[in-house]
Amino acid sequence: MTLTEKLWQMSWSLVFWLCAIATIGFFMLYSAANASLDPWTTRQAMRFGLGLVMLLTIAMIDIRLVMRYAYPLYAIVLVLLVFVEVRGVVGGGAQRWIDLGVINLQPSELMKVALVLALARYFHSLSLEDTGRPTFLIVPLLMVFVPVVLILRQPDLGTSLMVVMGAGVLFFMAGVRLWKFITLIVATLAAIPIAWPRLAEYQQNRILTFINPERDPLGAGYHILQSKIALGSGGLFGKGFLQGTQSHLNFLPEQQTDFIFTMLAEEMGLVGGVTLIGLYVIVLIYGFAIALRCRHQFGRLVAIGVTTTFFLYVFINVAMVMGLIPVVGVPLPLISYGGTALLTIMLCMGLLMSVYVHRDVQIGVRGGYDDG
Amino acid sequence: MIINRDNDRIRLFNRRAIVLGGGQSLLVSALVGRMYYLQVIEADRYRMLAEENRINLRLLPPPRGRVLDRFGEPLAVNRQNFRVLIVSEQTRDLAATLDALASVIDLSEYDRDRVQKEVRRRRSFVPITVRENLDWEEMARIQVNAPDLPGVIVDEGLTRHYPQTQTAAHVLGYVSSVDEDDLTGDPLLQLPGFRIGKAGMEQKFDLALRGAGGTSQVEVNAVGRVIRELERKEGEAGTDLMLTLDERLQRYTAERLGAESAASVVMDIHTGEVLVMASTPSYDPNAFNRGLTQREWNALVGDPRAPMTNKAISGQYSPGSTFKMIVALAALEQGAITPEQTVACKGYTDLGNRRVHCWEERGHGAMDMVQAIAQSCDVYFYEVARRVGVDRIAEMASRLGLGAATGVGLAGERAGLLPTEAWKRATIGETWQKGDTFNVGIGQGYVLTTPLQLAVMAARLSTGLAVEPVLTRQVMIEDTVVQRPPQAFAALNVDPTHIAVARQGMFEVLNGPRGTARASKLRLKDMQMSGKTGTTQVKRITMAEREAGLPDNDEIPWNERTHALFVAYAPEDNPRYALSVIVEHGGGGAAVAAPIARDIMTEVLKLDPSRKPRVNDDQVAGTQPGSPV
Repeated sequence: MTLTEKLWQMSWSLVFWLCAIATIGFFMLYSAANASLDPWTTRQAMRFGLGLVMLLTIAMIDIRLVMRYAYPLYAIVLVLLVFVEVRGVVGGGAQRWIDLGVINLQPSELMKVALVLALARYFHSLSLEDTGRPTFLIVPLLMVFVPVVLILRQPDLGTSLMVVMGAGVLFFMAGVRLWKFITLIVATLAAIPIAWPRLAEYQQNRILTFINPERDPLGAGYHILQSKIALGSGGLFGKGFLQGTQSHLNFLPEQQTDFIFTMLAEEMGLVGGVTLIGLYVIVLIYGFAIALRCRHQFGRLVAIGVTTTFFLYVFINVAMVMGLIPVVGVPLPLISYGGTALLTIMLCMGLLMSVYVHRDVQIGVRGGYDDG
Repeated sequence: MIINRDNDRIRLFNRRAIVLGGGQSLLVSALVGRMYYLQVIEADRYRMLAEENRINLRLLPPPRGRVLDRFGEPLAVNRQNFRVLIVSEQTRDLAATLDALASVIDLSEYDRDRVQKEVRRRRSFVPITVRENLDWEEMARIQVNAPDLPGVIVDEGLTRHYPQTQTAAHVLGYVSSVDEDDLTGDPLLQLPGFRIGKAGMEQKFDLALRGAGGTSQVEVNAVGRVIRELERKEGEAGTDLMLTLDERLQRYTAERLGAESAASVVMDIHTGEVLVMASTPSYDPNAFNRGLTQREWNALVGDPRAPMTNKAISGQYSPGSTFKMIVALAALEQGAITPEQTVACKGYTDLGNRRVHCWEERGHGAMDMVQAIAQSCDVYFYEVARRVGVDRIAEMASRLGLGAATGVGLAGERAGLLPTEAWKRATIGETWQKGDTFNVGIGQGYVLTTPLQLAVMAARLSTGLAVEPVLTRQVMIEDTVVQRPPQAFAALNVDPTHIAVARQGMFEVLNGPRGTARASKLRLKDMQMSGKTGTTQVKRITMAEREAGLPDNDEIPWNERTHALFVAYAPEDNPRYALSVIVEHGGGGAAVAAPIARDIMTEVLKLDPSRKPRVNDDQVAGTQPGSPV
């Protein structure tokens, strides 16, 4: 395919929906800064523009090339993770990012994408029968296990869980038997008493506070309580754009990042919140449709993997601000202010688009261009 | 083969995609359901919580009611108080700004330390008071230097001010900061810097003077910073309180008493209104509002002349010879003596094997009642008292207003003491002796009175009515202040002819050829004053001292000198004013107290405050405080 054909093949309607979501985000950032483009809206818009260019560029990259470099990419990100870990130990603090000047790169974010690619490649090459054999699951399990341990050590419970869940979905979609999942879940539950004392105190507190928010109304529970007050007081139609009292009077923590959905729901009400969720659902439907239409297993798995990652971002963030799950630092895709998450999302969407553009290419077992 | 295998994978993938999609739909539905629960079902509750979050109710202190004299002259007012505050977040460098401020206005090391400490404790946007009570010049200097003083604000509030400073301090009392014990649940009391009445009328009428607080609803952010005012309800200013005092006479009296430890009360005998209640030395009530330093407090409390005590109501003194009219009235009523019957005074009388002396050691000769009062013959009253007995004297004294608190409405008023035979048995456990009666006959011994009671006694003698003193033109009924209804005094139930005799004696004291205070008669045309001197020992004179010759007052230590007393009313032909004067350790009543009484009464008669029409409030506002008359 020529580049022009590829551009023609792209799902511009998906790009439109992404832009629609991002635009809502700009308005919310404008409101979060008390009706000012500074300091967030302008920068976020520029980043989104760059992200869009990146999305389109990635979409052009031949999916087979992506598949060929899936393992090396995974290896590089793993090295970066180790690097952060080592420097964290040396520096004596929990530092999760690498300063690249223009952007603070969080290897754990990149790992979400890299792992999807690596697992997709692995399962692409595996027949359904082999997938059913436990021995063939050792390698992919290690591929998940190693980065998760590294991320847990940072310590970043939220991202670890997201990585695990994303990987779990890939295992499931690749055809791993259900009873194996059940075994694993039971084993995990059994491990909780062992893992609990190893969690950092703030993580224990978050979980305990989630179970009983009244436990600490001025500490960890305060944010969730204030978030629920903001949401609830928004009502059906909200208090109006720029009129959110909870967010503008700083009762809401981090209203430009993790709690931006709360602000939207406070100012735009249930109608606004459901509309945004609806837009996300549209993007998810595109993801599923692309996965289902793809003619190769790698593309299917990549599409479903990145769509799941996208879903997890949305679900975890929204469920968190509404007090359904503990407070974990997961941003709202395309809305929350922040470079790394945006980069990850645009990477995901770029890959999804690439799968769509290259949905009909033939890929061999080893990732060749032509062997059938 | 490959195709088949792939077809299986596709079918499995599609099946599981439906499962996954279904799962994700369920989770999204859960989110929407949760939103519906929070934003529709629980919306009202959270809306209320959000309002509670953002809206703060602030109290606005009401202006305190003024205290005025009988003509509306302000005695306690609210003055604009300029404060300089500092907001640490607006200063680039707190220490540097304080340095700059110190170069503009006086700033003590103590204030600087306090500010630095408070800055660390409070949030950075909370203004902290650096200094209060700035004058205009300091204000102006701060304004001019404003560019060099980032974060420095000048703020204006109201603070209590007593323009007459010491003059009526004991009646007015003072306001001071609220203590833990003062908290009654009135939220105003919790306001920082709020002042309540702690003494005198400020205390008694505190609730009326205080007014009702207003409220201001402000929107605050999460850290409590005020964003804007949403609603404001002004409070109700406190009620003005009008006293019966005449500020000019009060000031004149205080100045006339001067540095002495003394007290004086002047009353309008027809209304019972107290025109003057002076007690010296006094204190500056403004200092209590400002806050006393430990040293200032110690100086006030440690002063032997007791500046904190209102001697007019809390000082208890033997009335001395001013008591003799009561003994005379008791005797006349009982028929123990007639006005014309005489008693011979040899300068002493014998009581068993003891000899008691008259103040006139050479003796007065034959004394009738009028002369005995005029010349204050002790021997006459020893004899009369012996005939009457102490219980009847006490009964007469109590009819004339002694021995019980007058209820004038000031805290700390004492009752004085009228001894009786039963009283001595009950409290001291001894039987009443003849010598005790002798002592009571000349107003000494156990008898105790307050200067206010003595003024009331003079008023009752001059009217024959049970005059009761009042200090305010308003009264509090529950929590509201209303005009005092005019009062009619009951009759004394003393034979007017008897009173006439006592009054004749009092007239002679000043106007008779041998009166003890004839040097202090009024120097006014057509007006005479009647009165009675009193000189009371504070230390028993021993026989040895008497034989050695009594020393002059200025040769003995101040606190062993005699008290000087005088009671009077005027004008004699148509009485209107009564007064009492007591000078602690001042010497003789005739020599010290009578001239003071004459001067005060002269001033009273000149100003004649009872006749002067009351000025209305408009004129009051224009009156200069302390304007000369």
